[in-house]
Amino acid sequence: MAGAGLDVKVWSPGEDVIEVQRAPEPGAARGAFRAFFETLRGLMTTFGRIPEGPVTIQYPEEKVPVYPRFRGRHKLHRFEDTGLEKCVGCSLCAAACPADCIRVVAAENTPENKVSAGERYAAVYEINLSRCIFCGYCELACPFDAITMGHDYELSDYDRSDLIFTKEMLLAEPIERTPLRREGE
Amino acid sequence: MTFTPALVGYYEPWWIQIIKAIVIFAVALSLVPMVLIAERKLLGRFQGRYGPNRVGPFGMMQPLADIIKLLTKEQFRPRTSVGFLFALAPTISILTAVAAFALIPFGDVQNIFGTPVGLYGIDVSIGPLYLFSMSAIAFYGIMLGGWSSGSKYSFLGAMRGAAQLISYEVSQALALVGVIITAQTLSLTGIVRAQDGMWYIIPQFFGFLVFLVASFAETNRTPFDVTEADAELVAGYNTEFGGGRFASYYFAEYLNVLVVSGIVTTVFLGGWLLPFGINPPGWVDPIVVLAKMALITFLFIWIRATLPRLRYDQIMSLGWKVLLPLATLNAMVSAVLVVVTH
Repeated sequence: MAGAGLDVKVWSPGEDVIEVQRAPEPGAARGAFRAFFETLRGLMTTFGRIPEGPVTIQYPEEKVPVYPRFRGRHKLHRFEDTGLEKCVGCSLCAAACPADCIRVVAAENTPENKVSAGERYAAVYEINLSRCIFCGYCELACPFDAITMGHDYELSDYDRSDLIFTKEMLLAEPIERTPLRREGE
Repeated sequence: MTFTPALVGYYEPWWIQIIKAIVIFAVALSLVPMVLIAERKLLGRFQGRYGPNRVGPFGMMQPLADIIKLLTKEQFRPRTSVGFLFALAPTISILTAVAAFALIPFGDVQNIFGTPVGLYGIDVSIGPLYLFSMSAIAFYGIMLGGWSSGSKYSFLGAMRGAAQLISYEVSQALALVGVIITAQTLSLTGIVRAQDGMWYIIPQFFGFLVFLVASFAETNRTPFDVTEADAELVAGYNTEFGGGRFASYYFAEYLNVLVVSGIVTTVFLGGWLLPFGINPPGWVDPIVVLAKMALITFLFIWIRATLPRLRYDQIMSLGWKVLLPLATLNAMVSAVLVVVTH
C-alpha cells in the first residue's frame, strides 16, 4: 500500500481567507529615509509628552474622587429625628450576602431599652470586611435602608480580626477620607 | 605636506598630575549621580509621570539613597562563581571608565595661580587610540563578570555584550578616522583647537551619526541593550551581582555615557569653543564643555525613552552591513577631500 493508494489530503484554507496586503519592501534610499526620519518622528512623539506634564496622581496625598454610587465600606444608619437605629435585625442582608460575611443576632426591643424603630433590633451586627466582596446585595436586600455602601476604600489593617467591623464601628460617623466626585467631573 | 610629531602636553610637574587625578575622580563621582537622577526624572517626564520625587527636595537625593542602600547590602556570590574574578570584574569596569574620563579636555591650558594647568586629565598624543584601548579593556569587565558569575544568564549576556562591543568598536573607530584625518592630529586638545571656526559636526556629519549610533551600542544602552534584555536574560552580565559590586557596574555604565558624551563634545561639537567668534575667559571653558555634554546625555536619555530594543541579528546586521561601510566611506571621502584641498 505504498504511495499511490494513499488518499493524501491537502489542507485547503477555504474560501474566506483574505490575502494580507503588504507594502513593497523599501529600497536602500527609502529604507535610510525611514530609519532616519521615522526615528526623528518617534523622538518628537516622546518629547511632546514633556510639555503635557505628568498625569500621575500622588496617591496618599491626592486621591481620585469616587463616584456617588461607589461601593466602599458599609455604613449603618439611624433615624435623624429620633436617633433610633434603622436596622430591625431581620437578617435579610445576611441572607443576601454571597460571601456570607454578615452576622446578625436580633433581640427584642423593650420599652425601657428601645434601640430601633421596629419590634426587634440587632444586638450583634458584624461585617467581616476581609471576606466582603463589596457587591452591594446587602444594601439592596435591606427593607429599611439601614445599611448602605459608603465611599471609604482604604481598609488595610495589620490584623485580620481588626477587619471584623462591629455595629458601633458601622454606626459611627465615618471619617471622610475619600473625595466625592462632583457633577460632571 | 610636512609631518610634525604630535605635541604632547606632559609638561606638568608631578604634583599637578596627582591633584588632577583626584579632581578627575571627584568630578566623575559627582557627575554620575546627576546623570542618574536626570535619567530617572526625564524618563518619568517622557512617560507622563514624575519620576523619583520623595527623597529630598524634588527627589534629588534619590541617587544618594540608592548608593547608600546598595553599599550597605550583603556581599554575596553564587557558589558556582569564581571568587577572585567575581570581585575583580566590576573594578575593571569602573577603572577603565574613569581612565577614559581623564581624557576629556574641559578647557585649554589655564594660568591657575601662576602655574599653567591643562583642564584635562591627560593630553596624550594618541587620544582616540587610548580611548579605544580603554573601551577594549572595559569589555573584560563585562566578560569576566558574566563568566565568573557561574550563571547561564550572566554568561549569555556577557557573550552578547562582547559580540556587540567588538562589532561596534570597529565602526566607532572608523568614524573617528575622518575627524583625525581632517584635524591631522590625534591629541584631543589638538582636535578641539582645529575646530576653531567650524565644528566637525558639519563637515563630518555622517561620521558624527555613525559615531553616535556606535556609541549607543558601546555603552550598552537602548536600542542596543541586548546584554540586559530582561525577558531573555534576567539582567545580563550583572544578574548575579548585588550591593557594592552592582553599584560599581552601574556607576561604570553611567560614567561610560558621560565619557561618550565628552568625546562627542570634544570631537564633533568643538569642545570648549563657542560659535560666532565668542571668546570668553578661561574659567567658562569647563561650563561650556559640561553644557554640551549635558546635551548629548539628554539625547541618550531621550533615545532610551523612545526606541525599543533591536533584535540581536538586527544589531549585528546594522553594525556590520550599514555602519561599517558608512564609516569606511566617510573616512575615505574625508581623506580624498583633505588631499584635494591641500
